[in-house]
Amino acid sequence: MTQVRDIGRLKKQARTVRAEILKMLTEAGSGHTGGSLSAADIVTALYFCKMRHNPKDPAWKERDRFVLSKGHAAPLLYTALALSGYFDKSLLKTLRKIGSPLQGHPCSKLLPGVEISTGSLGQGLSIANGMAMGLKMDGLNSRVYCLLGDGETQEGQVWEAAMSASHYRLDNICAIIDNNGLQIDGHCCDVMALEPIVGKWAAFGWHVIDIDGHDMVAVINALDEAETVKKKPTAIVARTVKGKGVSFFEGKVKYHGITPTSDELEKALGELEDIDNG
Amino acid sequence: MGERAESTGGKNIATRDAYGEALLELGKKRNDVVVLDADLSGSTKTGAFAKAFPGRFYNMGISEQDLIGTAGGLSLTGKLPFASTFAVFETGRAWEQIRQTIAYSHLNVKLVATHSGITVAEDGASHQAIEDIALMRVLPNMTVIVPSDGIETKQVIAAIADYCGPVYVRLGRSKVPVVMPEDYKFSIGKAHTYHTGKDANIIAAGIMVDVALKAMGILKNEGVDAGVINMSTIKPLDNDAVLRAAKASGLIVTAEEHSIIGGLGGAVCEFLSENYPVPVKKIGIKDTFGCSGPSDELMKLYGLTADNIVKTIKEALKK
Repeated sequence: MTQVRDIGRLKKQARTVRAEILKMLTEAGSGHTGGSLSAADIVTALYFCKMRHNPKDPAWKERDRFVLSKGHAAPLLYTALALSGYFDKSLLKTLRKIGSPLQGHPCSKLLPGVEISTGSLGQGLSIANGMAMGLKMDGLNSRVYCLLGDGETQEGQVWEAAMSASHYRLDNICAIIDNNGLQIDGHCCDVMALEPIVGKWAAFGWHVIDIDGHDMVAVINALDEAETVKKKPTAIVARTVKGKGVSFFEGKVKYHGITPTSDELEKALGELEDIDNG
Repeated sequence: MGERAESTGGKNIATRDAYGEALLELGKKRNDVVVLDADLSGSTKTGAFAKAFPGRFYNMGISEQDLIGTAGGLSLTGKLPFASTFAVFETGRAWEQIRQTIAYSHLNVKLVATHSGITVAEDGASHQAIEDIALMRVLPNMTVIVPSDGIETKQVIAAIADYCGPVYVRLGRSKVPVVMPEDYKFSIGKAHTYHTGKDANIIAAGIMVDVALKAMGILKNEGVDAGVINMSTIKPLDNDAVLRAAKASGLIVTAEEHSIIGGLGGAVCEFLSENYPVPVKKIGIKDTFGCSGPSDELMKLYGLTADNIVKTIKEALKK
């Protein structure tokens, strides 16, 4: 599909993505708001600028792959897929309902465009590594992007995979850590401290880029830089704000797994529109 | 009843050795075959494939969860991954990865584990998988196969390569006698019936097929007509074969080198209780962990012997 590098348009697209996430979550009445919003700029940059993919042919062999290791951000993935044209946008209203291909956490058997089912944390990077290995074996220069939550990196398997990507010099893989600093039980630093995040990935042999995950220019630049790194995998540590884009959700632990009320939705959509109009 | 290949000079071979040879053959035929191991390639016998096809072998180190996820990712690019380590680690340590990534998404990954059951022997309970069949059988989409000897193992590996979907294959460490007839042809979900007994029928899997055949011989000499079925595919179970055996004799004995909970015995009971209830006696590990010792002594200690099968059948027939 045609990708845009117009930063203004990408920023506007990120707001549209956020609006759709909020609408579908309000309709569903359950789901993960905070972590979907925190990674919205990153996923917008991937699906509408960086990634080579074809919504008309989801199995296109030469496509770049996206693995949503933090599967609870399913509303974000579904929105990116719908707005890309993988399926009709009206399907977003069926999130979490009986018979819907939009399961609470992504299911690859049900929805085209979802590369692999996720939801149990810590498993995506291993899968992404396997894809990266397979693509290299086939001589394809497709890239694999894997989005992880920061809290998710408390899972030991993430570090097994971090070791493997480095050992096998998988320079076609790019892990992006959505470092919003919060997890269900509170601040990551109180639940199980993660810092130094950059130091950890660097120690595992990764090229690390530390950015503001809401600065669209920085996100695009980091993804560009990752493509130039050879013989080692790249980790982008994206400093983000949970609930980003809606003032009264931002930085609130509570909105990890709580959806907006209809009043909150109206107010939130108003905030997003104000930016567009202003 | 076909002749056992042993009588024509077949040699004892460990199922893991047959796996190593089968992988090598498969690797020559198919470029899409990739093999992953977790630092046990010498023991699981994937090492021969690694040597022959270094570009298609990945040693993941001692990290079973990553092993499974990586195999899943490779399958998503069209490869045919075989992921191997010891049964206790493959199905236990990485169970949730198998559930979430392999089974739920119906990935074409072959999980071939060695060192199952108590015949791991001296290493003791920590290394003796006695619950792996149960752990794999409970997963939707999963096929579970327990080959009885080297000949069957080779056929199983060839068959699962042509089948698209997740499969768990349970192999052993020790050399085992050849039990399959020369004209045997394995197909997934199809049991092999050696003989249908009028008094009792033994449904066995893995190394217990040989033990069951010995029991059948002893019973025959004592005037008891017992049959034996090799139920090498435990899921999907060959329901027709079980039903025929139950109708023929009215007494079923299951025999497995696995816990009597959740394995072959469990599968047979689940089917019969709903379809044709007859008494079932389960020979297996009786809800306890194993221990260190020589294989043959452990088999005796846990009652995995022809004598125990004979005794069990005779006692049940008295009632």
